Amino acid sequence: MIENKNESMNENIYVPFPSVLKEIIPHTQKEWTFRMSYRDAKNVKPGQFFEVSVPKYGEAPISVSGIGDDFIDLTIRRVGRVTDEVFKFKAGDSVLLRGPYGNGFDTGLYENGEVIVVAGGTGVSPVRGVIEALSKTADAKDKHVIVGFRSPDDMLFREDLKSWAEKLDLILTVDGIPEGSDYKGNIGLVTKYIPDVPIRDLAAAQAVVVGPPAMMKFSVMGLLQKGFKEENIWVSQERKMCCGLGKCGHCRIGSTYVCLDGPVFNYVDSKEMID
Amino acid sequence: MGYVLSKEAFDEVLGKLSEDFLLYSPVRKIGEGCYTDVDVVRYDFVKSLDEIELEAKSNYAFKELLTPLSQTLFFFTENETKEADSDTRDVIIFLRSCDMHAVKRLDAIYLENKFADPFYERVRKRVKFALIGCGHSFENCFCVSMKSNVTTDGYLFSLDFDRDAGQVSCDVKDEDIAKLFEEAGASAADVVPSSVTENDTKVTVPDVVPNAVYKDKLWDEYTARCIKCGRCNFVCPTCTCYTMQDIFYTDNGRVGERRRVGSSCMVDGYTNVAGGGEYRRTNGERMRFKTLHKIYDFSKRFGYDMCVGCGRCDDVCPEYISFANIINKVNAAAKAAAAGEGGAQHD
Repeated sequence: MIENKNESMNENIYVPFPSVLKEIIPHTQKEWTFRMSYRDAKNVKPGQFFEVSVPKYGEAPISVSGIGDDFIDLTIRRVGRVTDEVFKFKAGDSVLLRGPYGNGFDTGLYENGEVIVVAGGTGVSPVRGVIEALSKTADAKDKHVIVGFRSPDDMLFREDLKSWAEKLDLILTVDGIPEGSDYKGNIGLVTKYIPDVPIRDLAAAQAVVVGPPAMMKFSVMGLLQKGFKEENIWVSQERKMCCGLGKCGHCRIGSTYVCLDGPVFNYVDSKEMID
Repeated sequence: MGYVLSKEAFDEVLGKLSEDFLLYSPVRKIGEGCYTDVDVVRYDFVKSLDEIELEAKSNYAFKELLTPLSQTLFFFTENETKEADSDTRDVIIFLRSCDMHAVKRLDAIYLENKFADPFYERVRKRVKFALIGCGHSFENCFCVSMKSNVTTDGYLFSLDFDRDAGQVSCDVKDEDIAKLFEEAGASAADVVPSSVTENDTKVTVPDVVPNAVYKDKLWDEYTARCIKCGRCNFVCPTCTCYTMQDIFYTDNGRVGERRRVGSSCMVDGYTNVAGGGEYRRTNGERMRFKTLHKIYDFSKRFGYDMCVGCGRCDDVCPEYISFANIINKVNAAAKAAAAGEGGAQHD
């Protein structure tokens, strides 16, 4: 356990708290889910993020990919200094966290009526909680989820994908397949599937788009062409969030702080945000 | 309460104040500038009037005391964190009017903007201000355009020194400090701190910056000229960005500290996200990002412009880029875009 030696430290919002790593769930070689103990998990929303803090290596903002009774899931891609170290942790280890930060998705918005979620790659992490909630609604067949990965080997949350496929309208696709692959599913970018999603009431249907910048741009274009209203489209932005507290400046876009005002934005606002 | 007193009597007041406060003011450092035989004016602790540089603009802002260039947030040991001991002494910072206005901007970021920063909050509580009367504009100043040329409150006392008469005039706002002036034999007088009424450099800040201006070709000039050294950010009294940095004392050790270190939106790496994403690659885009924050985006969030027109960025730029010129160019481009003329655009 990490002990706090100063009384004033209780008000020091930069000091991380220790969380026990309960379980590691590997998806691919480079993408694992770290299940972290967190007592106040019921107050965490999908789309919010935590700063994972590794002394000597720094901090990395990671979005919440799952919320349990006493844990949160952080799905981490091994791409840098901090995440390299995180991948050395073992179940039972104590990991330092700060958060949760950001606004997160308002899942209540998507409970009733038609919804389409378009997610690509690690962009599935922040919306996993949203899709999970959609899969439990009474009209789950009106919830359409398009999930794309680079290749069959890059697929995340395989178990979830299976269960989602049974409950809601799931379109799972990959950008391409390596030679000799026995993959039999959809091949093509997520944008290819947007026009054919059956939506009865385009004026009311909600859309959530999360993924790499180019994928988000073209998915939103596809939704608008289809007839979705701008104010019904929600996106989540990825930026360099050093502090999560609206101080360090790195995530600012115009008058917006992604860490405070986002990372989830309505498209009406996000379309005006120019980096 | 206004007072007029001799230089010696004023030093007596400073001496008394020094018992309770550290005095932090611009100081001329002879021969310590960036080039040989060049002075630099930067903030340091003083005890007497002679040490305070009143004739020149400080090259660096006062902000290091409130937002140090490198600040330890806490220490790590194997299984505990401990905060660094912080100075608990009260400080009086001597500021010109533009910098007084800058403090309000620092407060907006560090005390407001959803979370209050505990380090800034603590140091801010022990800091008071003295206003340096500023009778004439320096080169590159445009405080009048930015409406930061006059300060009427927020200071303990003001300071105007008439060198020829050897006389100091002070507008004293604090009753306890007024007593010190009276004990030193100061005579009562009507005192209004001097302030700049006109600058050679003038800017017009646009009310609205249409999105077209973001892609205007005017920024290309800065892709060519700016060398993204970030000096403008470091001398700016209102720049507040930082980056986290972990330091360990020995390579295999488990003892170290987490610091925050001043950072610049002009330099490489500022926007890099894991996996290689980067958001503003060209120097022109970075200049646009910085400029619009100073004269537009900050105002949208907080209701007033961030830039206070001190002109230090122009003073320090090795490429002689004039920030005032940029503001005026943005204003012209904004007007043209609003009128539907639209200057040369990027796709």
